[in-house]
Amino acid sequence: MNPLAALFVRDFRLAVRVGGGALIGVLFFLIVVTLVPFAMGPDLALLARVGPAILWIGALLASLLTLDRLLAIDHEDGSLDLILTAQVTLELTVAVKAVAHWLTTGLPLVIATPLLGLLLNLDPMATGAVALTLLVGTPALTFIGLIGAAITVALRRGGLLVAVLVLPLTVPVLIFGVAASNAAIVGPVRFGTPFSILCGLALMSIVAGTFAAAAALRHAMD
Amino acid sequence: MRLLGSGLACFRGGRQVFSGLSFSVAAGEALVVLGPNGVGKSSLLRLVAGLVARSGGALSLEGGDPELTIGEQAHYLGHQDALKPSLTVDENLTFWSRYLGSGEGTQAPSAQAPVAQAPLAQAALTAVGLAGIAQLPAAYLSAGQRRRLSIARLIAIKRPIWLLDEPTAALDLAAQAQLAGFMGEHLAGGGLIVAAAHGPIGLPAAKELRLGGPQ
Repeated sequence: MNPLAALFVRDFRLAVRVGGGALIGVLFFLIVVTLVPFAMGPDLALLARVGPAILWIGALLASLLTLDRLLAIDHEDGSLDLILTAQVTLELTVAVKAVAHWLTTGLPLVIATPLLGLLLNLDPMATGAVALTLLVGTPALTFIGLIGAAITVALRRGGLLVAVLVLPLTVPVLIFGVAASNAAIVGPVRFGTPFSILCGLALMSIVAGTFAAAAALRHAMD
Repeated sequence: MRLLGSGLACFRGGRQVFSGLSFSVAAGEALVVLGPNGVGKSSLLRLVAGLVARSGGALSLEGGDPELTIGEQAHYLGHQDALKPSLTVDENLTFWSRYLGSGEGTQAPSAQAPVAQAPLAQAALTAVGLAGIAQLPAAYLSAGQRRRLSIARLIAIKRPIWLLDEPTAALDLAAQAQLAGFMGEHLAGGGLIVAAAHGPIGLPAAKELRLGGPQ
């Protein structure tokens, strides 16, 4: 088996087994979004209007919650030392880790979105639009988070610092994610315009996140 | 093959750990690094593995693969076991043997090498006496068993340099003798060992490098 495939299988297994982070993010997402209707009251029109924004904020916070599982956990038990002595390009390693992380923590958020759309009084078309923007946007969140995770890897319990570092960088993704969702629901802009920018942001984050995280890891070792 | 360090210096946490350190280890030789706590034995091993930046001096490997760094040709056995508690003993070892085993380097591992790794991992587990609990999650292992599982990694994957940080820690006498046997085979096969230790680790012919008190 190829070393990168072995790494992918291992990270996937770790996430879905006991103590893994796969369900934490999606459960947090469910709770945050469920709380909003209770806080805002049963104003259906208002819920439908702010629904996409609530779903996006929920997904953003949920994806932050599991970032410490991306690299810090491997640093704590010494796995990262061995990863750095492998004959595998570090950029590919961090990219594979991020992909496995997204599949176990980002994709479940997208899958849970249709259910949560019901709670926020979103019609099927609007729910579909939000799910589609999350499908494109959550990889961007994961790879931006990868940078923060790599920079804070040597700090014990750097979880909160990661959030502070990462959240400002996610602002463009959030803006265009919510803008594309709203465009599909109320207009007047065409869905394609903000959605294309969101796709561009996602592709850029994947490339920049991979190289920045590998560079940060190389310099963070001590 | 010869590992050469000359005038090595290491600066960690705002403190000069050591400086002006020189050594030479040839294939088939072992070097035991001795000294009191905090003198920089672990730092020296991490420096050779490329896990700590070198603040001075030169480190070279004669006769190694020029395409690979020294760390990529070395096994690093540190204080931490790099084991995942939720994976079984077998899954832990198989992962490391696949991940560390065949790189994309120009060492040109033969086409059947990746296929041969899984049986090799099995053989290594048998060699360290953990074959009977291969399906047990690593969370249930004792400290000595975890150490033996880490040592199995050294046998499952062939790498010419072994960097061992207090390899006998947590091992019982039988396992220490076993480890000495593995190290002897490695040296006889043309490998070289740099080990940090506080006492004898079963390498009577090893050269010694004594680090002084903290500076």
